[in-house]
Amino acid sequence: MYDERFSGLRRRGFLTATTGAAALALVGCGGTENTADQSGGDGTPRRGGRLRAAFAGGGASETLDPHLANLFADVARAKALFDKLADYGADLSAQPRLATKWEPNKALDRWQVTLREATFHDGKPVTAKDVLYSYRRIADPEKAFRAKASLEPIDLDASRATGERSIEFVLKRPTAEFPNVLAAFGAYIVPENAGENASDFDQKPIGSGPFRFVSFSPGRSAVFRRHDAYWEGAPHLDELEFVVANEESARVNALLGGQVEYAHELNPTTARAHEGKGQIEIVRLRGSAMQAFCMKTDRAPFDDKRVREAFFLIADRQELVDGALSGAGVVGNDLFGKGYEYYAADLPQREQDLDRAKALLKQAGAEKLKVTLDTSAVAAGFTEAAGIFRDQAAKAGVTIDVRMGSKDSYWADILDGGTLACYRSGAMPIEAHISQRLLTDSTTNATHWKHKDFDALYQQAQSTRDKTERAAVYERMQRRLYAEGGFLIWGFADWILGTARKVKGVETKAPANTLDWARFDKVWLA
Amino acid sequence: MSGLRSFVARRLILGVAQTVAVVLLVFALTEALPGDAAVALAGDQPDPARIAAIREAMHLDRPVHERLADWATGLLHGDFGTSLASGRPVGQYIADGFGPTLLLAALTVALLVPIGFGLGVLAARHEGGFVDRLVSSVTLAVYAVPEFALGVLLVTVFALKLGWLPPTAVGYGTDLLAHPAALVLPVLVLLSRPVCSLVRLVRAGMVDALASPYVAHARRYGVADARVRYLHALPGAVAPAAQQLARTIDWLLCGVIVVEALYVIPGLGTVLLNAVAERDVPVVQGLAVVFGVLTVVLNLGADVVARRFAPRAGVAA
Repeated sequence: MYDERFSGLRRRGFLTATTGAAALALVGCGGTENTADQSGGDGTPRRGGRLRAAFAGGGASETLDPHLANLFADVARAKALFDKLADYGADLSAQPRLATKWEPNKALDRWQVTLREATFHDGKPVTAKDVLYSYRRIADPEKAFRAKASLEPIDLDASRATGERSIEFVLKRPTAEFPNVLAAFGAYIVPENAGENASDFDQKPIGSGPFRFVSFSPGRSAVFRRHDAYWEGAPHLDELEFVVANEESARVNALLGGQVEYAHELNPTTARAHEGKGQIEIVRLRGSAMQAFCMKTDRAPFDDKRVREAFFLIADRQELVDGALSGAGVVGNDLFGKGYEYYAADLPQREQDLDRAKALLKQAGAEKLKVTLDTSAVAAGFTEAAGIFRDQAAKAGVTIDVRMGSKDSYWADILDGGTLACYRSGAMPIEAHISQRLLTDSTTNATHWKHKDFDALYQQAQSTRDKTERAAVYERMQRRLYAEGGFLIWGFADWILGTARKVKGVETKAPANTLDWARFDKVWLA
Repeated sequence: MSGLRSFVARRLILGVAQTVAVVLLVFALTEALPGDAAVALAGDQPDPARIAAIREAMHLDRPVHERLADWATGLLHGDFGTSLASGRPVGQYIADGFGPTLLLAALTVALLVPIGFGLGVLAARHEGGFVDRLVSSVTLAVYAVPEFALGVLLVTVFALKLGWLPPTAVGYGTDLLAHPAALVLPVLVLLSRPVCSLVRLVRAGMVDALASPYVAHARRYGVADARVRYLHALPGAVAPAAQQLARTIDWLLCGVIVVEALYVIPGLGTVLLNAVAERDVPVVQGLAVVFGVLTVVLNLGADVVARRFAPRAGVAA
């Protein structure tokens, strides 16, 4: 599968390709992206030094168990210590990591996966047994590891090791995008029998990742050292330290004051204040977070597709991006995954059209409509977006009543409650977005989009071997969502990082959650 | 002195009752919050099956009274229980967070007492004069600045512009004494407001005391001015100041959340904030007990001091 799709395009080839694209973008934008030119090329990587990276964290309850990774800080630490079989490229397609290749049978329900030669930090090789152990640990019915739902297509009882470094995965149904399962959030490979004691991972985690464990104190600091025998080549840095600072101003101050060299998750206003001033570098990871309003398609007023279309036409997307995201993002077109693999980019960009919206509402008998919009301070820009959309809707005669919800239970509250809610999502393949949120039996179907024919299209895509044909099926599904779906996707927010000027090799084209995001083995200190 | 002893005993019993009430209240309030640890942990992937599984693994599916009873029994054996989020003992959370908070509180109090009393006495001596007006207006102005704003201002000026001090204590963990420079700004912020209220209290008490008949009487006997000030007038001003000081120490120890967040100091405030966000009930309860006991003990101490120095003031306590 891999060889068929990316023949000869190894990891380094991929990097070069994206760097080339970055250079083109630089010319096109007249140098607005002043960091793009430093993404891959400039200067020779220099070995040595310790990089300190500040993340928002989970406080004293943090753990290094990679299967419990939930926050960005958890994932960044997990990817330094551990590997997955595959990971996402900048377009969210699966890229081989510990797996060198994957080949399906004709029916796409059995996959032969071959592992590369890699070793854990204790010198033992990574084997098929370790992979099966890791997946079984994640899928343990007694536990609630996050990747469990993603691994659901695999029949782990029937899957087996066919050699030291080869595994046959037996699937419950045809799954053309099986590599996405291997790349799933949190599906890290740990040595056989690791994590049987709860404290194993916090005291001496052993992985096959680019860095090995030195010390960890939850909520404060984690120090890792270069793993010289890393299969992809040892990292440039001697040491990597993760520190936790939940307050954004503290992360910025620590970066400006030289206490850290990398600060994750900055505000657009902070970015604007420091961009191009020469003190620190601002890196914008485009297309990292989908921003939307979620309409419940199974209840009034949104059970009428004319009302949904009217709402699509009410939104002034640029105003939402400028107001709610402080301009740090791009407009959306009511489809998830702008710029990702299989994205239906040909559909016309939706614009505000209040007259047509009013006409549609009139047809639907929904003039003088009153709707409650749920929002919460759970994510940046949510309350602002709600306020802006309320004002936009008023121009179409729709009264929106904004209701502030609890920050800590927001996502569970809006899953089945309310009719209209602010929504966002991190980067994931379009296939995963569909399977997790838009099928009748999806576990987090917040728009209550339940259509047998849509489910059938998904099954068809999953049993289509040819990539072009599969892309055509995905496009049909996206046309349907564009016309009458429940997600009003108005924008995609940048993920903003700050780095010290001497930090080089930070990839700028990697949405948060992808392989090259928070990837410290490719970074060096000039 | 037996009056004092029965007073202490009464206050102790009251204190135990207060602590129990605080714990029950915290338990009830945490239960009343929307969502629980399972919901908080599930975050933006609120798969109902996963939430149910987490809830079962954390024993959150058991009735409220059983969980409260279990926890209370453990507490009697000195066991604070285990965190829902990590499975680590709550005692360790509190022990880890206590160090930095105690250090900050101790430094602040060590500076607060001499500065507060010194400036207060100084202002009272020059009542109505230039020094008095200067001290009063400066303390009033500083008191009016919110901590967060003051903290950001100090970082911008002293850390980022002048580069004299580190902007945060990020990465230093609990080993703050090894990096004393990182403590300067947090202590300044912590000091700013209490010092103002203490100065004003001491000044008011001293002005009253200096104008009182017994001070006038002492002066008529020809007792030296300094002696009158420090041995006769000051004790009268100590009583309200001691109570204020107890409240301040209490405030310092119970985790000064703003300062800890701004300067990345992993103290009790940070622990509390994270525990509430994660609905980590055992940690919140453990902290509530610690805070409750601290508050009771400190206020008791202050009342005893107040009674000792100004017996008439103790009647109200």
